[in-house]
Amino acid sequence: MSSKMAGSNNLTHARRMVQQLKVEASIERIKVSKASADLMRYCGENAKYDPLLMGIPASENPFKDKKPCTIL
Amino acid sequence: VQPQPDAKMCDQTFLAITFGPCDNCSQNKPLMNIYLKNEPINYCSLCVEMMACQGLAKGETIHTLKAESESLKSKLEEERAKLHDVELHQVAEKMEALGQFVMKTRRTLKGHGNKVLCMDWCRDKRRIVSSSQDGKVIVWDAYTTNKEHAVTMPCTWVMACAYAPSGCAVACGSDEEKSIQYVVLLYVFVILTSSGDGTCALWDVESGQLLQSFHGHSADVLSLDLAPSETGNTFVSGGCDKKANVWDMRSGQNVQSFETHESDINSVKYYPSGDAFASGSDDATCRLYDLRADREVAIYSKESIIFGASSVDFSLSGRLLFAGHNDYTINVWDVLKGTRVAILFGHENRVSTVRVSPDGTAFCSGSWDNTLRMKVKGLAVVIGVLHHPVVSAPRAAGELRNIGHSFPVIYS
Repeated sequence: MSSKMAGSNNLTHARRMVQQLKVEASIERIKVSKASADLMRYCGENAKYDPLLMGIPASENPFKDKKPCTIL
Repeated sequence: VQPQPDAKMCDQTFLAITFGPCDNCSQNKPLMNIYLKNEPINYCSLCVEMMACQGLAKGETIHTLKAESESLKSKLEEERAKLHDVELHQVAEKMEALGQFVMKTRRTLKGHGNKVLCMDWCRDKRRIVSSSQDGKVIVWDAYTTNKEHAVTMPCTWVMACAYAPSGCAVACGSDEEKSIQYVVLLYVFVILTSSGDGTCALWDVESGQLLQSFHGHSADVLSLDLAPSETGNTFVSGGCDKKANVWDMRSGQNVQSFETHESDINSVKYYPSGDAFASGSDDATCRLYDLRADREVAIYSKESIIFGASSVDFSLSGRLLFAGHNDYTINVWDVLKGTRVAILFGHENRVSTVRVSPDGTAFCSGSWDNTLRMKVKGLAVVIGVLHHPVVSAPRAAGELRNIGHSFPVIYS
């Protein structure tokens, strides 16, 4: 790559960086307290549907090994 | 990469790349077909973007631009700090603590001849596809542990695999040409990939056409995840530049960027609501980033955890975060309180991939010990142990997930 090309590439990269930062700086943000409350509410509302959290009864567990039956 | 099917596995095989020398920079890259002054040309996506940036504005020099960059960065930090009024774990103190966590290995899937690098669940919650350094992609019935299909790829490190939403096709990516490290299936005809060249790309698989490219990482992109369908057309990527970037799929714009990890990010995964995402890194920590607060809101770490996290996934409610590590263990975290609730043992080598099933009843982990293990909460019985020689090799990368939403094809 010639130094002239490298020079114009540096300039273009620098301009892209500025444009990118402008985009990132312009987004609307909310407070961490509000964001946290929303995350907590989502967990709370969905906890009962989370089998890994609640556990599932053995009868509903498709991965539970079926024990052999003994006929007495 | 074109797989050679051993058994009838899919209706078509797709050649997913339009590749070649760029008319501008001459590098071999994925190409876009565009018209310049009515002449058809093939430019790589970076050159297309550069074209848009040409022409000096008045008084603009590299120095003024750098100064502007620095001041924008400080402003960004200031704005973020203003909203940092509390920590997530403080808000979560009032939540009930989780009970004792016991998980047992229910199935061990043996059959790969070498390290398991990636796996994905089928939407039927029963089938699993896994890929390995042995060059094979295997589809398993997780309930019975039977292998349903096996495909031999014309390469060894099959870094990534994913199930199509229909369950009728599987996509695989290899590291051979350093081209695809990570593949996510949006809809069976569109694929999102991330690469060792630092870019992510969206492809129309049928035509091989590059639809959109995503530039912003300065090193290999190791992981991608798509936002849950309700929250729109964005995805998050994580890479060796320690950055996690959020992208708008339609415009190619990098909308948010987070750089708090101290080493490579190996895995990124959206929180189920789509408002946050977690990352796992070689710095031995996992972190949670909230997208609306635009900052890191939690860090999951312990002094005793010193090995990198290779893969992360959330349980269905988002309360639990599973992280597979290079010390052969899986750490389970209370996402809100920031505490560890369990360590899971069983693998005999690095855990390369962890994935919760679509209905959340189980999770599966794949490892360099050549096995996949499935765990369900309850009583544990280890079913089997596999002994294979451990071959030292470069770190496994790549993860796949398939989401069901259809995506309108946009040609730029």
